Amino acid sequence: MERSVERPIERSIEIKDLVVERGGKEVLHGITTYVEKGTVTGLLGPSGSGKTTLLRSIVGVQIVKSGSVVVCGLPAGAKELRYKVGYVTQTPSVYADLTVRENVCYFASLYGLGTAAADETIRRVGLAGEANQMVATLSGGQRSRASLACALVCRPEILILDEPTVGQDPVLRDELWGHFHDLAAQGATLLISSHVMDEANRCDRLILIREGVIIADGTPAEIKATTGTADLDQAFLKLIRSRMEVG
Amino acid sequence: MSLRILFSTTALILRQLRHDRRTIAIMMGVPIILLTLLHYILEDNELLFDGISLLMLGIFPFTIMFLVTSIAMLRERTSGTLERLFTTPVGKLDLLFGYGFAFGMAAAAQASLVTAIAYWFLDLDTLGSPALVVMIAVINALLGVALGLFFSAFARTEFQAVQFLPLVVFPQFLLCGLFVPREQMASWLNTISDFLPLTYAVEALQEVGMHADPTATMWHDIWILVGVILAALILGAVTLRRRTP
Repeated sequence: MERSVERPIERSIEIKDLVVERGGKEVLHGITTYVEKGTVTGLLGPSGSGKTTLLRSIVGVQIVKSGSVVVCGLPAGAKELRYKVGYVTQTPSVYADLTVRENVCYFASLYGLGTAAADETIRRVGLAGEANQMVATLSGGQRSRASLACALVCRPEILILDEPTVGQDPVLRDELWGHFHDLAAQGATLLISSHVMDEANRCDRLILIREGVIIADGTPAEIKATTGTADLDQAFLKLIRSRMEVG
Repeated sequence: MSLRILFSTTALILRQLRHDRRTIAIMMGVPIILLTLLHYILEDNELLFDGISLLMLGIFPFTIMFLVTSIAMLRERTSGTLERLFTTPVGKLDLLFGYGFAFGMAAAAQASLVTAIAYWFLDLDTLGSPALVVMIAVINALLGVALGLFFSAFARTEFQAVQFLPLVVFPQFLLCGLFVPREQMASWLNTISDFLPLTYAVEALQEVGMHADPTATMWHDIWILVGVILAALILGAVTLRRRTP
């Protein structure tokens, strides 16, 4: 965990006092955090903790009540960011009545890219054999990889992935995480939400969220050290318990 | 708005349609079946058949495209693809005009086929040119597309979207002069029909039926329809929100 001290931390995403209401209920209660450029950051928390709402705020499709979200120095949702930010929703949002290739080619065309870029991306997510298959006939895991391919095809600087590895087979999941780290090594910034703790160990930094509040952040090693536990599941539990005693 | 994105969106929607053979068959086949039925029902009354079937050539594309578009747009909203598209360089107008162009082309194919069959096999007779009939049919289809895009914003589910058909389309059927000539209606009904676009579509088609050359009334009706289409598309763009609660 050594970092060259002279290089300043460059923040791709900067969030200050973010408050979001959904359906008349406050779901994010003043979130302040950041995501460092060129890293894989995990957003961890149980279902209903506000992960998706936070990600939606970062890509600029969520109406926020107060606070600020700055991405690459621009307010979230700015027009210029639509060329830089890739977003994969939790339920795969691809056209079920088209083939994988037709889907990815469409998203490629939005950025002026051709079929070569689409085919390359389909190969990278491991769907080369299914390229000409209708999305409706794919398995859940394949479908979410097709959705991932649509976001990867423009090689975005920032990738926001909402539970991208749910339902994937372990070998593929491992490959995808390897791929995410490759992208980060090439300078991309990834924010990946998950509720699976064993994936958290593969992140450079973790943000733990529960009931719309950040309860911890840091590297997996730091979080384990401060809680004095050997695994992140225990660490998360300990953090929640200690907060409940205080509150 | 970008031409490149507009065209690839049009191509995307046409591809979706191409994969859906059953929808194509229904879109092309149903008007032909209905018109054939009408032909035999009114076998002894050629004049009446000419009058009604001519109007049907405009009403079919309007109704079918309204239904197809409102469901298709609702699917974009509910499947999450719309939200995703709004994080990409796609503009609202790229999307709306993409739908308009794609379904407009489908409507042009439908109208040409149905009109050809009506003239050649069902002995439809008009004083004006069949090309004008096809043109008005395509404009009606675009009217259906534009209204469908707009009204889909008020439906949460496909179940609700289907219910908009009787709400939006049926009153226009009743008041457009198809059943009772508008001059014979009570004045308040006549006034309501002045505000319904299908009234102008029907009048334009009647003009083609009764005059060998395009009339000023027909062009006037067509401009009103074009105005309504543009207004509905712009209102549709207003209902599309990048940011949602």
